[in-house]
Amino acid sequence: MNCESQEPVLEIHSLSAAYGKKTALQDISLDVGKGEIVGLIGPNGAGKSTLIKVVSGVLRASSGEVLVHGQSIKSLSPAERARRVAVVPQARQLGGAFSVRQTVLLGRTAYLGFLGNPGEEDLEIVEWAMRETAVDILGDRKLAEISGGEQQRVLLARALAQKSEVLLLDEPTSHLDLKYQVSLLRLLRSLVKQQCLSVVMAMHDLNQVSGIVDRVAMLVNGNLRHLGKPEEVLTPEFIQQAYQTEVETFVHPITRRHYLFPKS
Amino acid sequence: MRIVRNKPYLAVAVLLGFAFVLSIALGAVTIPPGNALLILLEKIPWLNVSGDWPAYYETILWNLRLPHAILVALTGAALAGSGAAFQGLFRNPLADPYLIGVASGAGLGAILIMTIPQAGRYLIPVGAFLGGLVTIIAVYRLAKVGQIVPLTTLILAGVAIGSFTAALTSFLMLVSDQMVLQAMSFLLGGSTVSGWDPLAIATPYFSVGLVLLVLSGHSLNVLQFGEEQAKQLGLQVEKVKLFIIVSASLTTAAAVSFSGVIGFIGLVVPHIIRIVWGGDYKKLIPLSIIGGAITLLVSDILARIVMAPGYLPVGIVTALVGAPFFLWILRRAKKEVFW
Repeated sequence: MNCESQEPVLEIHSLSAAYGKKTALQDISLDVGKGEIVGLIGPNGAGKSTLIKVVSGVLRASSGEVLVHGQSIKSLSPAERARRVAVVPQARQLGGAFSVRQTVLLGRTAYLGFLGNPGEEDLEIVEWAMRETAVDILGDRKLAEISGGEQQRVLLARALAQKSEVLLLDEPTSHLDLKYQVSLLRLLRSLVKQQCLSVVMAMHDLNQVSGIVDRVAMLVNGNLRHLGKPEEVLTPEFIQQAYQTEVETFVHPITRRHYLFPKS
Repeated sequence: MRIVRNKPYLAVAVLLGFAFVLSIALGAVTIPPGNALLILLEKIPWLNVSGDWPAYYETILWNLRLPHAILVALTGAALAGSGAAFQGLFRNPLADPYLIGVASGAGLGAILIMTIPQAGRYLIPVGAFLGGLVTIIAVYRLAKVGQIVPLTTLILAGVAIGSFTAALTSFLMLVSDQMVLQAMSFLLGGSTVSGWDPLAIATPYFSVGLVLLVLSGHSLNVLQFGEEQAKQLGLQVEKVKLFIIVSASLTTAAAVSFSGVIGFIGLVVPHIIRIVWGGDYKKLIPLSIIGGAITLLVSDILARIVMAPGYLPVGIVTALVGAPFFLWILRRAKKEVFW
């Protein structure tokens, strides 16, 4: 499917945020288009998770604004916001007593009444989201009984069930082993292109950035330092400035992807 | 066992029926359970049930046993229902209905009334109810930071206020020597009021609170993933928290006011339900409510017959019999994830 569109779906305008008096984000501006994946990189404490919290409405911005299709998320109720912006958190400390299907159904909360009784359409969307993420075969298993990789796919399914156009992911691969990291990111990319979602994904492994994301945003100390294609941002110079670590870049001869290695 | 697993409501309904009939049949004067059931059914006009039994059976049943059994069932239901809701709200298996101070506040309220010689006994529930509610409002307001009420602050404020009111209660008991027994009995859940009149006053609070608790099942499910994810899923987290605190506190305050402080039920019944039927709060809350009614009815029967014609405070029975029973269930379930 072609996701071409001139208008950005998610617009972040000179956004600042703070925890108490400590500034966490400073004057961040970023647009994300239809079907585009923007990878957020930066050292620990750079503000990646904070940006996700502000865009998803969990943390209030101290100034600036976040627009989805031109509408400020501040003016929206939690349910209205959750229909536009979904979050895939890290799969840690999940309520283990819930089944996979029950968990994915919670993605429909923003569309359900206070009692949370799903209609026909909600159940269909849940089944669709479970199929897309290949967790449909786990439907009645409990979260505590499945692997970390499977749990992360369940959370992706829950976010898909929100039927939002904007998807935020907070280091979704950080607790997974290699096989699950690769498969999750591939699945994500194909879903995003097929559903034309607009994605912001915090990432800690710089070598997973290239080939998955369309653009990279590098945060350092709450500031957006660099924004551009992976090969423009993942340069030894920029990485060294941000992470205070000397690295070398290797370009894969066939895929032309960039890989970084610490200099020894 | 499979029918118990697949038909939870049928299973608890049958158990509730048994417990209820036994509760109105057994006591200082034993009415054969069959007769007890018939006496109840006789009052339903279109059933045309009739039978032969001594007239005093009906008097005991209608004037004493029936209102008592209904109040006991409602109390158990309230404690287990709000216990399940608090465990879900705080995402803590140790939470019980008294966690944020309702019981100690109600205890203080009740004992304040007892220290006033002119106050009639009928005022004790009123004092307890007010004491419980005032405590909860104080705790909630103390825990509030700006627009939000962090759960950790809520627990800590609750525990602090709870200790404070409990200390005041102990002090009042020490300085006044006549009412120690009465006060101890209240604090151990041995002061269930009797008759239809208090029941008529208590029922609206119980019913409203229990209905609100049942309605909060879905919100509690969403909250199990933490407040941050709950917000991101579209839940009005602060409103929902207030809703759950109000409904659980209302039901608990009603229970404590009319039956004293009965321990253990609110902690353990929800876990038993979880072990047998899983952690979905949409089912867990109503099943805990019925399970609590059953458990307290059975404990109350034991409390009445073990030391007949005396009456053991039912709070002692719930813990003495309930703890080993719960441990047995826990051992059997240890392989399964229930929390």
